[in-house]
Amino acid sequence: MEQTKKTSAERLYKVFIYVALITLAISIFVPVAWVFMASVKENSEFYGNPWAMPAGFYIQNFADAWGKARMGEYMLNSVLVTALALLILLVVALPAAYVLSRFEFRGRKFLNAIFMGGLFINVNYIVVPIFLMLVDGDKFLQEIAGSGFLLNNIFVLSLVYASTALPFTIYLLSGYFSTLAHDYEEAAYIDGAGYGKTMIGIIFPMAQPSIITVILFNFLSFWNEYIIAMTLLSDPKGGKTLPVGLMQLTQAQQSAAQYGQLYAGLVLVMLPTLILYICVQRKLTQGMTLGGLKG
Amino acid sequence: MKKGSGRSRFVFLCAAPAVLLFMVFMIIPTINVFRMSLFRRSAYSVNEEFVGIENFARLMSDENFIRSMQNTILLIVVVTIVTFAFALVFAAILTREEIKGQNFFRIIFYIPNILSVVVISAIFSAIYDTNNGMLNSLLSLLSGKTVAILWKGETVVMTSLIVAMIWQAIGYYMVMYMASMASVPQSLYESAGLDGAGRITQFFQITLPLIWTNIRTTLTFFIISTINMAFLFVKAMTSGGPNGASEVALSYMYKQAYTNSSYGYGMAIGALVFLFSFGLSALVNMVTRREPLEF
Repeated sequence: MEQTKKTSAERLYKVFIYVALITLAISIFVPVAWVFMASVKENSEFYGNPWAMPAGFYIQNFADAWGKARMGEYMLNSVLVTALALLILLVVALPAAYVLSRFEFRGRKFLNAIFMGGLFINVNYIVVPIFLMLVDGDKFLQEIAGSGFLLNNIFVLSLVYASTALPFTIYLLSGYFSTLAHDYEEAAYIDGAGYGKTMIGIIFPMAQPSIITVILFNFLSFWNEYIIAMTLLSDPKGGKTLPVGLMQLTQAQQSAAQYGQLYAGLVLVMLPTLILYICVQRKLTQGMTLGGLKG
Repeated sequence: MKKGSGRSRFVFLCAAPAVLLFMVFMIIPTINVFRMSLFRRSAYSVNEEFVGIENFARLMSDENFIRSMQNTILLIVVVTIVTFAFALVFAAILTREEIKGQNFFRIIFYIPNILSVVVISAIFSAIYDTNNGMLNSLLSLLSGKTVAILWKGETVVMTSLIVAMIWQAIGYYMVMYMASMASVPQSLYESAGLDGAGRITQFFQITLPLIWTNIRTTLTFFIISTINMAFLFVKAMTSGGPNGASEVALSYMYKQAYTNSSYGYGMAIGALVFLFSFGLSALVNMVTRREPLEF
């Protein structure tokens, strides 16, 4: 009697936790899947039941989003900005993290401390001062050269992305570099390799797993970012990144009701990150606990 | 390998670009936030006029600012508590219980974290839409009559925002806690089980105390992060409306500094929120201090 009572309570508990897990899973999965479904609906279908299946595959939404809503152009901008920012970040952060974690020199403690402090500076606070700095820079350039080029420039945007990602990236890479034994360098120096050659030829290849983690996290944050992009690419007719273009579309959608285009645009923004996530989800969730906190 | 000038030149070349970018795009703008908060500067006058603490004095009687701070504090409290409770419980279930498809749930729960806030906001706009939204039509179906709740209306907009923010954050913190819970030795639970301790006792007596250090760190970061995430969500989802009902501190800062071009006033808000977030984090850090437990 006692035994059966215990197992039935146990069973009830099991049912309860499965219900809880499945409820949460549905509440996450369904809205995301719904967007994919809505992206192939015709505009008239949006005035009916939102749960209805699409009547057919209305691919025209994607063509409209790509061309009319300029999503194709924005996507190219996003790809360029993200790639450029990642490149600048790695070229700048890798050597810096290396010397900051493995070389003794004057001011090293101080530099480590200020980069650490940088972890607490969120870009949302400093985006307006950065904007004003570029405005002033443009004014200055206008006076001496006739035209300014700092605002509405995707290269400058990439530079700002890379710079604001430096503290986290250096923190993560330094953490890895400082675990390596000094024997590697000593052996390389005995073989006659210089500092640069040792760093690039021996240390960086060993840091590959950390470098991949850095690329993954920063890819996601650069690709999804929109506050800095919106502020620094302020020309209403000029180039934008994909999330900013999408936000514009959501605001336009309220008046012009181009639902199909909007959801097609959403799919275009989501798809690269989702594909990447499915490929590397284990690496990503492991890397997160390895790298500590961000977000 | 000769030491001396070659070595210091190498260190300099490696560290200089990172330090330069970090200075220009993070340190100087941060200093500028505080400096500009003491000045008056608008879009059309080039000159900055020193006004002392006038900006801060004006803030104290600005009803919109006070409202935005109240909303921020509401979000910090509610989003933090609910997200923590859910993330801890789900992490405990997924690590402690034998669940079929454990990996599947982990993958699904983490998805919101890889999506851009713009995407999430658009998804929730589709859910909350008054006429053809997913939520209202689901409620209509369940209740049998037409439900037309204004989810983004003045009275419920904050609740809607809270739900979206929790939806976004649960998975991230869950994965974080899963990692630290997995390192708690199984033997502790086994001996507790023999002593007759049930699941709930085990959770409060073993799991929570042993991952307390991790919880403290995440809590501190969570406060800083909620202030920032609130801005991203408000900017993309409600623009602070209707009638400022969903304005949060940083969105008000952005509105004043960027949209309104009252740079000094905006930066005074930024400086205040910056200090507020640090003060609150320090306070939470102090209150949650416990003797660390070893296992």
